[in-house]
Amino acid sequence: MAGFLQQVVEGLGAGAIYASLALALVLIYQFTGIVNFAQGELAMFSTYLAWQFTAAGLPFWLALVITLVVSFAGGMLIERVIIRPVEGAPELTVVIVTVGLFIFVNAAAGWIWSFLIKDFPNPFPEGALTAGGVSVGYSTLGILGVVGVVMGLLYLLFQHTKIGLGMRAVASNPGSARLVGIRVGWTLALGWGLAATVGAVSGVLVAPLLFLDPNLMGGVLIYAFAAATLGGFDSPVGAVVGGLIVGVAETLAGAYVGFIGSDLKIGVPLVIILVVLLLRPRGLFGRAVVERV
Amino acid sequence: MRVSVIGCTAMLLVSVAACGGRGGTEPGATASGPCQGQQATGITDKSLKLGGIYPLSGPASAYGDIPKGIKAYFDYVNAEKNGIGGRKVEFVVRDDGYQPPKAVEEARRLVEQEQVFALFQTLGTPSTTATWDYTNQHKVPQIFVATGASKWGTDTQHPWTIGWQPNYISEARIYAQYLKKDKPNAKVAVLYQNDDFGKDLLGGFKRAIEGSGITVVGEQSYEVTDPSVDPQMRNLAGSKADVFLNVTTPKFGSQALAADAKNTGWNPLHIINNVSSSITVLKPVGFENVQGVVSSSYYKDPRDPTWNDDAEMKLYKAKMQQYAPGADPNVPFFTYGWAVADAFNKTMSAAKCPTREGLRDSMRSLSNVQVGMLLPGVTMNTAAGDGFPIESMQLMKFKGERWELFGDVIDTRKEFGPLTG
Repeated sequence: MAGFLQQVVEGLGAGAIYASLALALVLIYQFTGIVNFAQGELAMFSTYLAWQFTAAGLPFWLALVITLVVSFAGGMLIERVIIRPVEGAPELTVVIVTVGLFIFVNAAAGWIWSFLIKDFPNPFPEGALTAGGVSVGYSTLGILGVVGVVMGLLYLLFQHTKIGLGMRAVASNPGSARLVGIRVGWTLALGWGLAATVGAVSGVLVAPLLFLDPNLMGGVLIYAFAAATLGGFDSPVGAVVGGLIVGVAETLAGAYVGFIGSDLKIGVPLVIILVVLLLRPRGLFGRAVVERV
Repeated sequence: MRVSVIGCTAMLLVSVAACGGRGGTEPGATASGPCQGQQATGITDKSLKLGGIYPLSGPASAYGDIPKGIKAYFDYVNAEKNGIGGRKVEFVVRDDGYQPPKAVEEARRLVEQEQVFALFQTLGTPSTTATWDYTNQHKVPQIFVATGASKWGTDTQHPWTIGWQPNYISEARIYAQYLKKDKPNAKVAVLYQNDDFGKDLLGGFKRAIEGSGITVVGEQSYEVTDPSVDPQMRNLAGSKADVFLNVTTPKFGSQALAADAKNTGWNPLHIINNVSSSITVLKPVGFENVQGVVSSSYYKDPRDPTWNDDAEMKLYKAKMQQYAPGADPNVPFFTYGWAVADAFNKTMSAAKCPTREGLRDSMRSLSNVQVGMLLPGVTMNTAAGDGFPIESMQLMKFKGERWELFGDVIDTRKEFGPLTG
């Protein structure tokens, strides 16, 4: 039993990592109505910035704050410079641009910092909390805590602020939103900036565990997509719950389902995406899209 | 000029090979004299053109440092030694992003457009597998490929392709030999990459421990797309093994080392394969966490003070500074590049004919060839039925901030017999 519980805990740890990036995906979808394939790479790039600041001698927390500010500005800048020209183009065009951004950012990070692994300082203490034969690393607890806080903040932003309302309006109908006086351009830029910031938090959280290299987020992104699809692309709570479910399902399937083992683990998120899209396209917590015609 | 470009483009439609020739090299040129009829494309009395394919971009681009070490070596030889036998070496590097289809495209470009004499290194088992049919059909030497798969040596259908570094099965034999001596009843847990590389090493290890008291009690594989190997490490810890064999590529090597260090309830003897034994893999984990880890090597580590007065090491460090300023000579990829380029120089110099056939015959009949950067006692040997230039390695243990060699150089061909497919 302790063994099983330990696997569940491991799964929650992995799930928290997926959830942290899924939150950024959900955020940008909420703001702009598009899926940003480059979100993971932007997070990776932000993490490198944080690494660069700490390597230059800044204390970790100060480096983190600077990184978050720079990421926010960088996200807005990307929206202004790269996404703005294709604003209003079909969704597919925008998605392809984000795929291009994915490749570019990855190569740029490799060019600047090389593909050798960097060690990233862990903000949480070493060691683990042990109870009843199950041990939970402080890092895992820390990540879960931070993810919970970010989720709460996003929920408040979406549901209880004017910005959130405006942004939902923009995502659902940019034309009408503009007519009622919402500054669509700024709202979109704000969305990119905030998503880049949340992504930076995610990168900083996972880098000490996965080790920092330009492919830090490549694998995580797939799981984050599964998490966001499962939870619903418009719900921060859904992203987190989805991430945890994906993490636990993947770990348990790998450990206990003989034919899956470690080989087919990567297939689990794919199956989840497929099943969710077939049975409940809006995800567990998502709102069904209703369109008046 | 313009006319010639247009003309050449028109001819390109007829035959790509017809326009590539440059600097006096006739496409499809053949040698005269005693080597009559043999291919002399890409080689003249004054020049030698080589092509290399490496992942300069994409997931495996850490290896992109290797050609920099090679280039530094050739620049040094060209400037100070009048090239290889009077021939100045031109080394053309192409990027395949670690994608086999791209590697094929680049191989064709190098052979048909650049008209290289030989492919000196393609990197990675997948890319080399994708290109070796092509190079062998065109009878172009594909020499010292940068991968440790055993098939480059066991195969008999591709005489133009040869590996260089000790193959993964030889490496597995080294670890088996060590355990047989030091831990004859070892229970081994293995983490391996689920591809040719991981399976080659694991399979070699299992064969090498047959008939001994050593048993494999746990096996976990991972995909290169997995974010983390923590779940696999958790499962392996449950196996209660007293030896952990870490068959991984760099990032996953770091993760597995960290997971082992974090789990204080499981303290096996940790053996990490050569591919991930670079200091750049161990440092992120923290040197205090990797003390006593065992691995193996075959070339000199620039950080090891043992070689401070070594002539080749001194030359390497001085020339790297001169010809590759800004590159840290302590990065083992540069050292590897230097060593393999020197090995090429020795092999090319030993060729009886300055032709592709001459190089092929030379690389398949190396006898006790010394390469300065290899460990003392490690030499290159090939012969009919032996397609493995290097099959000796020495064990090393991590102490303080660097690897320390221990024991003697182990010649796996002597200990275990020849390796056959």
